[in-house]
Amino acid sequence: MPMTGFAIEIENLTKEYPFGFLHLQKKTSLEGLNMQVETGEVFGFIGPNGAGKSTTIKLLLGLIFPTAGTARILGKPISDVEMHKDIGYLPEQPYFYDYLTAAEVLDYFARFHDLTAADRKERVERMLKKVGLETARKIQLRKYSKGMLQRVGLAQAILHDPKLVILDEPMSGLDPVGRREVRDIILELKREGKTVMFSTHILSDAEMLCDRVGVIVGGKLRGVGTPGQLVDLKTQGMEILFALTAASNAPLLAKATKTGECYRLQVAEGELYAAIEQLRGAEARILSVTQVKATLEEFFMNLVEADRAQASAVEVSGK
Amino acid sequence: MKRVGIVALNTFREAVRDRVLYNLVFFALLMMLAAVVVGQISIGIEESVIVSLGLSAISVIGLLISVFIGVALVSKEMEKRTLYALLAKPVRRWEFLLGKFGGLLLTLAVNTAAMAAGLFLVMLYVKHSLQPSDAVVLVAVYFIWLKLALIVALALLFSCYTTPLLALLFTSGLYIVGLYVQELRDLPAQVMSPAMVAFTKWLSYLLPNFENFNVMAMAAHGRAVPGTLILQNTLYAVIYCAIVLTCAAAVFSRKSLK
Repeated sequence: MPMTGFAIEIENLTKEYPFGFLHLQKKTSLEGLNMQVETGEVFGFIGPNGAGKSTTIKLLLGLIFPTAGTARILGKPISDVEMHKDIGYLPEQPYFYDYLTAAEVLDYFARFHDLTAADRKERVERMLKKVGLETARKIQLRKYSKGMLQRVGLAQAILHDPKLVILDEPMSGLDPVGRREVRDIILELKREGKTVMFSTHILSDAEMLCDRVGVIVGGKLRGVGTPGQLVDLKTQGMEILFALTAASNAPLLAKATKTGECYRLQVAEGELYAAIEQLRGAEARILSVTQVKATLEEFFMNLVEADRAQASAVEVSGK
Repeated sequence: MKRVGIVALNTFREAVRDRVLYNLVFFALLMMLAAVVVGQISIGIEESVIVSLGLSAISVIGLLISVFIGVALVSKEMEKRTLYALLAKPVRRWEFLLGKFGGLLLTLAVNTAAMAAGLFLVMLYVKHSLQPSDAVVLVAVYFIWLKLALIVALALLFSCYTTPLLALLFTSGLYIVGLYVQELRDLPAQVMSPAMVAFTKWLSYLLPNFENFNVMAMAAHGRAVPGTLILQNTLYAVIYCAIVLTCAAAVFSRKSLK
């Protein structure tokens, strides 16, 4: 992975929204965010709804303005619109001009990137094929499903061969096939040396795709690092998956969970071989033995629960 | 300016696909009906009635389009969030704004030109021939288009910092007030305090003067419009639009999207 500096540098980025009568009260949506995304990496930005993920992305793209702090993208300040030539962006729940067809909307966006007519045509065709919309290319977007719009959004984000791709909830609204395709596109972008930053709720996607992740909860960054750095990688136990070939009364079976025709049994690492011996004695067929580790999901859930507990405590003390 | 052009052409395409130009059918029907009826009831003044009616229809239809579509130009893009993907491209906010303005102006130009062509056809039907003096009708149509440009600019400005409904009210209100700017200037100074005189004078120059663009009576009676008035109105519209659009761009450049 080519590591040549930072694609995104965020310093003390803060966003407050005024509300209430005369806008005198303020709600902090993002609080002093400091974060970097390295060039060439796939960076996952994870957090629950309202955590500040989309706010951060909108601030980076100049769609909203920070209350405090600064950020640089590809070495340039975020106020520099020309820098957008090298950025691809997929908004959350994207919506495009519904009177245009997919080919027209892609051609429209391509026009802002100083491409020749022939180049635009070739890229539009290639992108439509890449996101699986070539057969729907002449249908107006008002007849598109949510998943199809998401594909158009992805196509317009990568159409101009950007150095940095920022995707806000790219898997949202997609069926399993679509999600798989998006994952493949992200991995392809990584192979091409692009930097990808994407926000997601789906932690398995982040674990699968990301070099590093940033976890944001309640507008504050709670952790940045590789998924392995964030969660405790020490083995918490061993899981044995087995099937019974004959009826058995082995005591271990009482601790196992039955799923369909299979049983799952979790034991301590030191008890693994004894457990296997017992199961063999009960004529069980061992299907697999896997290590049980803490997941990103557990790390994430712990943070969210701690944040909720803190919020409740503040509310109670406030009363 | 290339980016402004791209946004403008797309705005024009939107108007066409959203069937904005269908109003031309209504205009055509109105003029056909007028041509038949006028011939029956207004002996000797058919031409002036047709011209007055035609120009009024061009003005009203243009007003409806410029106010209703004008206030939605930016707000619709923010509401539907189509602006998100666009502003993430190398497009400055003022380029987007100017493009939207240009696109609606182009739509109004096509619409107004088509209606003017229809009006000339009806004039030809009623009079059986056209004279060089009929060119004044073209000047009147041009002035209507200038007036509409001013209204679109105002609608854009209001829609940049308030809701579409309020923008609609402000734009319509300012248009009505703008029809009486001359009356404001002619208020009797004797019955007002010097401060009030200064204020009304200052206000009358600040408000858009739409009365300047009304040469309907001259067109209806075939009287030529002085060249200085054409130049003066053109400059006035260009400068006023430039000031209003600069204000709109200043407001919009700091506007946070939802």
